[in-house]
Amino acid sequence: MKEKLVVIGAGMASGRMLEELFKLSPDAYDVTLFGAEPRGNYNRIMLSPVLSGEKTYDEIVTHDAEWYATHNVTCRFGEAVTGIDRARKVVVTAAGETPYDKLVIATGSAPFIIPVEGKDLPGVITYRDLDDTNAMITAAEKGGKAVVIGGGLLGLEAAAGLKERGMHVTVLHLMGHVMERQLDESAGFLLRRDLEKRGIKVMCRASTAAILGKDRVEGVLLEDNIGVEADLVVMAVGIRPETRLANNAGLEVARGIEVNAQMQTSDPDIFAVGECVEFDGHLFGLVAPLYDQAKVLAQTLVGSPAAFVVKELSTKLKVTGCDLFSAGDFADADGREDIVFRDPARGVYKRLVLQDDQIVGAVMYGDTADSNWFFGLIRDGEDISEMRDTLIFGPSFQGGSPQDPMAAVAALPPDAEICGCNGICKGEIVEAIENGATDLSAVRAVTKASGSCGTCTGLVEQVLAVTLGDDFVIPAAQPMCGCTDMTHEDVRRLIKSQELKSMPAVWQELGWKTSCGCHVCRPALNFYLLADWPLDYQDDPQSRFVNERKHANIQKDGTFSVVPRMWGGITNPDELRAIADAAEKYNVPTVKVTGGQRIDLLGVKGEDLPYIWADLNKAGLVSGHAYSKGLRTVKTCVGTDHCRFGTQDSTGLGIKLEKVLWGSWTPHKLKLAVSGCPRNCAEATCKDIGVVCVDSGYQIGIGGAAGMDVKETELLCQVDTEEEAIEVVMAVTQAYREGGKYLDRIYKWMAKVGLDWIRATVVDDLDSRRALVERFELSQSIYRKDPWAEHARDKAEIYAPLANLTLEAAE
Amino acid sequence: MSWIDIGALDDIPARGARVVKTVHGCVAVFRTGADEVFALENACPHKAGPLAEGIVHGKAVTCPLHNWVISLETGLAQDADEGQVSTYPAKVEGGRILLDAHRLKARTAA
Ligand code: SRM
Ligand SMILES: Cc1cc2nc3c(=O)[nH]c(=O)nc-3n(C[C@H](O)[C@H](O)[C@H](O)COP(=O)(O)OP(=O)(O)OC[C@H]3O[C@@H](n4cnc5c(N)ncnc54)[C@H](O)[C@@H]3O)c2cc1C
Ligand code: SF4
Ligand code: FES
Repeated sequence: MKEKLVVIGAGMASGRMLEELFKLSPDAYDVTLFGAEPRGNYNRIMLSPVLSGEKTYDEIVTHDAEWYATHNVTCRFGEAVTGIDRARKVVVTAAGETPYDKLVIATGSAPFIIPVEGKDLPGVITYRDLDDTNAMITAAEKGGKAVVIGGGLLGLEAAAGLKERGMHVTVLHLMGHVMERQLDESAGFLLRRDLEKRGIKVMCRASTAAILGKDRVEGVLLEDNIGVEADLVVMAVGIRPETRLANNAGLEVARGIEVNAQMQTSDPDIFAVGECVEFDGHLFGLVAPLYDQAKVLAQTLVGSPAAFVVKELSTKLKVTGCDLFSAGDFADADGREDIVFRDPARGVYKRLVLQDDQIVGAVMYGDTADSNWFFGLIRDGEDISEMRDTLIFGPSFQGGSPQDPMAAVAALPPDAEICGCNGICKGEIVEAIENGATDLSAVRAVTKASGSCGTCTGLVEQVLAVTLGDDFVIPAAQPMCGCTDMTHEDVRRLIKSQELKSMPAVWQELGWKTSCGCHVCRPALNFYLLADWPLDYQDDPQSRFVNERKHANIQKDGTFSVVPRMWGGITNPDELRAIADAAEKYNVPTVKVTGGQRIDLLGVKGEDLPYIWADLNKAGLVSGHAYSKGLRTVKTCVGTDHCRFGTQDSTGLGIKLEKVLWGSWTPHKLKLAVSGCPRNCAEATCKDIGVVCVDSGYQIGIGGAAGMDVKETELLCQVDTEEEAIEVVMAVTQAYREGGKYLDRIYKWMAKVGLDWIRATVVDDLDSRRALVERFELSQSIYRKDPWAEHARDKAEIYAPLANLTLEAAE
Repeated sequence: MSWIDIGALDDIPARGARVVKTVHGCVAVFRTGADEVFALENACPHKAGPLAEGIVHGKAVTCPLHNWVISLETGLAQDADEGQVSTYPAKVEGGRILLDAHRLKARTAA
């Protein structure tokens, strides 16, 4: 007869423990697994990516029905254990009693709920399991305001996820800086600044007095009588071990269930594992030590000797773009010294705490590339006196080896930890690779490295590359061009975060492989720089495609076309006369009405451009930017001026929009239209931004196109007034300029950030809308002017040949 | 060689070009980011695109019509493209750009 093993709690610790157990001895026990949640084991730490939308629940399931069946696990999910009768060796649930020979308690922990008025109102949730996560996702669908109480790891991941889903998020934190358990003040400051940059409001020293609301939550009241509105409150102030069952059963419990190094409780047949335990005065809140416990317990259960030891831990935050690392003890104390490195412009901060020639703590923000190396030094208590002078610069500066991340990984010793969650060292990965695991998923399957939170994926790939040599190519995201390995997104993020304000600064700081870029990256960099730093950056004509450099479209025979602006498609006899005169004077072979409601003069000689422009300028005609990655045309219909169906002055609004937006540079071309009624004669529903006037106001749609892809706009919002319509159009244009990848039209950008995010940013959040409009206006103070007039006046000579040798040669 | 002065280095923007008219057509005179000058026939080997209107990077120019990359030193099309344009001796002295008049006149024969 097999012994009966009953496990209470289907969480991360018990899942791992069962795996280890079946590995050691597949048939030692008849296993029954109780779980209060109506589902099996999943990767709890990946709830944050589920919340932010980067992953789905299915992707984070660790054990499925098939696995339980294969190992004959009797699953009792959705069934909470309510009591343990140690005398009769049974556990009790609503359905009855289940006998055990050996019992494992793996009940994890319960979120701590601050005992204030209103804590039970609907709309107040904690962050622990999938139901909580789904509750937040559902709440976020309605938009509105969220308050997260608690600025620790969990609270900040919740805040970032809710923000990602389009809510307005405020974090209330009791202490002076966020994540104070893991970060010192300086790193806390940088993290807070990064969170605020992404629109999350952070209030420190904020002590919650009450949660307000009648039928559901409406706000949070702070001790100093400040009120914060809220449609959703997430409490993430801490956890405490779930010990109720153990307590009632009379087991020894301090803060957690007390266990010895074999994970045995005060009852020899009862074991405990995971966050519910206390060992040698320690409590646990991260998975790495739980996995060690799971391994030890599995061995104990099959009678092998094993002992759990507490190891040094490190922390990372799973919020994209907030790179932080912390390990060890970094409190100030006698006999401790600091080495600090700061690069304020890059937002980089590194601090090492030394004692007796060893590193005892490390905090890093903004650049955590070397964190594993430092963590190894802390864990191994390495003597660092020899390299103290250059220590802070990381492994690449020790012993003069080149500053190459691959070299750094190659230099790691076999026992250097690569995957913190699973405690996997480089040596184990190398061994797996040598045994035939030649890609990431194979390594993950064999070792579990990078299988949990995933932040070490890059490192694992580097180990693969170092071990396999040329046989492994790191699957890189599409780089911008051959001059760099970075993607557009990386480059754009670094231009902002490192405050790179010139082309040479980008080449230098981001390690361009060529002396001065190429025709692919230079136009993109020029756009990013002028969009991000309108006042500081000087537009570089030499980095522009000829059309934008010469403000005309080049033709296949090297001549140019000239398209003056006709605001909203309206012209008059004077303008038409000036165009006719110019066409005659400069022998323009073709005069054509364009698809954008204006007139094109095709076939103008390059050297005539400044002169034809000067002539057109005299009649008030300015550049139509028919050549630009910027505002092209605003097409309009006749609207209320003449049409029997017109509901609003579509022509007037179109002209106003064109006057506001002209001259602005955008990632790709930007075309607008305004139709006077839903008959839509201006074809507004296939423009990048299209306005359809209706009786009750203005419907603004975005993301249309009618080029290589034909796309219908999606409704962004409806507004009541022209003023508001103009404001929303400016704001969405600015958001697109700030975030769009070069050569992505609005519909492609929209597919990446999501219409919901755009709506939240430019429509719902009035502060954010106003800020976008302000930044747009600031940029337009430089760029809203006629380049033709400028070039005709100041730069005419560059359109002429440098020298004319035809006369000499004729002699 | 008979060097003739065709203008000041500063008449051409760094990473830019200007053309010089000859009886046989235009010659493009390039200035690189490192202030070297090169003179090439202003007609891409592909479909005669005006190279002087291209983006200059390193010692190469990208044709504005279909993005062929042409070496300023050899006139050869780079990468997978095949073709070559004529190159002409050019140098900078005392901030002035000098071309070889002899070669420019004998252009068709080159
Ligand atoms: C002149 C004009 C055709 C005409 O005779 O009507 C025209 C001419 C050119 N279009 Fe266009 N497009 C013209 C209206 C359009 C329209 C219709 C519209 O705007 O209502 C479209 C489809 C709508 C749209 O953009 O969604 C259009 C979709 C394109 C595309 C495809 C864009 C896409 O995202 O798929 C390109 C290629 C590109 O931009 O990369 C393009 C590119 C071009 C270029 C600039 C090609 C080039 O790089 O040399 C053409 C310049 C011709 C020349 O030698 O001057 N043109 N082009 C129209 C100028 C409108 C204006 O007044 O500014
Ligand atoms: C959102 C989030 C993000 C996190 N991120 C990280 C991270 O990045 N890195 C990291 O190291 N750690 C992270 N953690 C912590 C990590 O998830 C926990 O340390 C780990 O899940 C604890 O494992 P456990 O098995 O002890 O408890 P749990 O995984 O919580 O499992 C306990 C299970 O027992 C069940 N249970 C409780 N009582 C009963 C009962 N009476 N009867 C039946 N079932 C019961 C519970 O419902 C639960 O399913 C995160 C946690 C959360 C919530
Ligand atoms: S959309 Fe057509 S019907 Fe409506 S106002 Fe314009 S022209 Fe008239
Ligand atoms: S003409 Fe130069 S690339 Fe086609």
